[in-house]
Amino acid sequence: MTAAFLVASAFLASAVEFVEALTIVLASGVTRGWRSSLIGLGAATVALAAIVGALGPALTLIPISILRLVVGGLLLAFGLQWLRKAILRSSGYKALHDEDAIFAQETAEARGAEVEKRAGLDWYGFTLSFKGVLLEGLEVAFIVLTFGSAQGSIALAALGAGIALVLVAVVGVLVRAPLARVPENTLKFAVGVMLTTFGIFWSAEGAGADWPGDDASLPVVLVFVCALSFAAVATLRRRRPAFA
Amino acid sequence: MRRIRAFGQFWWDFVVGDDWRAAAGIVLAIGATASLVAGGVDAWWLMPIAVAAILWLSLRRAAS
Repeated sequence: MTAAFLVASAFLASAVEFVEALTIVLASGVTRGWRSSLIGLGAATVALAAIVGALGPALTLIPISILRLVVGGLLLAFGLQWLRKAILRSSGYKALHDEDAIFAQETAEARGAEVEKRAGLDWYGFTLSFKGVLLEGLEVAFIVLTFGSAQGSIALAALGAGIALVLVAVVGVLVRAPLARVPENTLKFAVGVMLTTFGIFWSAEGAGADWPGDDASLPVVLVFVCALSFAAVATLRRRRPAFA
Repeated sequence: MRRIRAFGQFWWDFVVGDDWRAAAGIVLAIGATASLVAGGVDAWWLMPIAVAAILWLSLRRAAS
């Protein structure tokens, strides 16, 4: 059960970030040329692999209780940010994430930028692609490393992220357009719920508390966070009926 | 100096985000759980209650 949660959480969180990275790479490729954009993508992937390769083994040396305390706290900080934004979007207090609009803005900016050649590359296209993939990828690396190490299986978390990467890459190559039909807010809502659930569970365990039934209480915490989130959406919608 | 500040700002935005009070609340809740456990109380129930309160207060601030 916990393994399934782990893979699903890593998959969902990674899919959301990969969709955002794909939008940036597409905008860069369409406007500045594919060569510089794809080299930027490759360089960012190598940098991310180096970060994961360096930090992954180091994390396994930390005692599990300290790791769960720190990871639980970080996941809570992260999860509550995602959940808060998703609840505000679902209740009409914040505009929905629109990959088409982001793509249009990125392409307009990229078209307006001057051409500067460095190392035979269009530097704007390279850095746009590199920074986009590195920043979105860092969140994936963070989630994979923290989830995996706290649960004792970085491989399972990496499996979830890997499936998401292949799926988004294949669909991206096939459609060659921003994946605007992906229900991004729903995915972000689900990721926020899962990060918050694991955060509550591990931070309490790391602080020394024992959950009744150990891992069996994880689904109960999940139901609690879901109920809390839906109640928050319903309450906020009632307060702002024009957007409901 | 500017690069150090930008580096610090990146990590602040990455971890804390736009509501530092929520992050501070999480630290306090974990500290309170650890204190209760050290005092002999198995306070597994504190984190869910604290997270509900932190989320609701954060949403109220954002919505107002």
